Amino acid sequence: MSEQLELAIDRIRCDGSGLCAELLPERIRLDDWGYPIIEPGAIPESLLSHTRRAVAACPLLALRLRGVGED
Amino acid sequence: MSARLLAGPPLGAGPESYRSHAGRLGPLPDPANLIASLERSGLRGRGGAGYPVGAKWRTVAERAGGPAVVIANGSEGEPLSHKDRLLLSTRPHLALDGALLAAHVLRADRVLVVVAENLGSAPAVMATALAERPMPERARVRLIVGPARYVSGESSAIVNLVESGTATPSNRPPRPHQRGVGQAPTLVQNVETLAHVGLIARLGDGWFRSAGRSGAAGTLLTTLHAAGSGPAVRELEAGTPAGEALESVGGSLAQTRAVLLGGYFGTWIGAAEAWELPLDAAGLRDRGHSLGCGVVAALPIGSCGVCESAHVMRYLAGESSAQCGPCFYGLAALAGACERIAANQAEDGELERLRRWAREVRGRGACHHPDGASEFLLSALGLFQAEFASHRPHGRGGLG
Repeated sequence: MSEQLELAIDRIRCDGSGLCAELLPERIRLDDWGYPIIEPGAIPESLLSHTRRAVAACPLLALRLRGVGED
Repeated sequence: MSARLLAGPPLGAGPESYRSHAGRLGPLPDPANLIASLERSGLRGRGGAGYPVGAKWRTVAERAGGPAVVIANGSEGEPLSHKDRLLLSTRPHLALDGALLAAHVLRADRVLVVVAENLGSAPAVMATALAERPMPERARVRLIVGPARYVSGESSAIVNLVESGTATPSNRPPRPHQRGVGQAPTLVQNVETLAHVGLIARLGDGWFRSAGRSGAAGTLLTTLHAAGSGPAVRELEAGTPAGEALESVGGSLAQTRAVLLGGYFGTWIGAAEAWELPLDAAGLRDRGHSLGCGVVAALPIGSCGVCESAHVMRYLAGESSAQCGPCFYGLAALAGACERIAANQAEDGELERLRRWAREVRGRGACHHPDGASEFLLSALGLFQAEFASHRPHGRGGLG
């Protein structure tokens, strides 16, 4: 089985462009100020390609995929 | 119980000289086996997080690679806390002892003592104390006077202060003990914690544990705000009930409505429940509370929980380092909503939104500033539920 992945965000970098929530509404919504709230936990296989697209779309490179529980 | 950290000449006599300190306690002891002794002592960090000291030192000691850095943290950003300034301005050499012992055990080539600029005489006292130390101790230590901001005592902020002069937190990882000042593993330890180390190294972990009640170990410095009186710093046995502590400075259950335990990052607790709680990091954590830096503040009967909480939230919002959106915008919004409720100008759905926001900001900053503010506000929303639901405007005037 492949490694389980989860989303992590650099809160200092993130400036609330909101692209991630648009591309991955299944896992990311925006708070009332436009900053992402990420559903915790492993990304299911079926969402991985959408997740990678959201990560790649972040204009500030603030979003990344990492192994579950990694720093 | 007799005082330990605050033993020696009367506190009113000013800072203890090195001559008096060394005469009373002897020179720095040989720190062989100090980490094992700290582990057995049960000593936990007294800056707020309450992390076991021996375990933290072992992590730094067992690293591979070059020299480490030791930072004695005398930032005391918590507005209700006065214990570190009292300790530094009366017993400056105890914290220096602990920092020098850490440098020895952890093979650190640099010791930095950070003291916030607003701590009264403490910065000047520490400069004098340092000049009194014999060589080569004196040459290893540098004193840095830091800014008087809430978040500047956070460990990554301290590292940034030392490196760049700006005390703002950074992302973790890496944590300072992994990679801190100049990429070197960096021990950031509160000055009271280091003062305890100075005594444990001389007298042993068994001696440390010989004080303490209800299974707690050692003594701790607390800042007590009894209803109707100013702050008083007292050294107490760990595990002393919060009510007994407040009574020792003139407080009484009959005059107290609620207790803020742990300071602005702490929680409001109803007076009767708080009165019985043991002042001990582990014991409080098991009960869902936090000792923080040892603040016990009574809210007098007749004071308003909404107004006090709005005041604290506005303060915490202003102390965001403005790096992370959810903290900068979120805490300001939380403070604004509390203030509208306090002024009886709540908008539709204000209270429900306040509850949702308080949960949403949690865990969404590089440091724990939004988490602490959220914890505080959620405890207020619980304990002062009725007042938040229906509040008439009036002035505040409770916490010191």
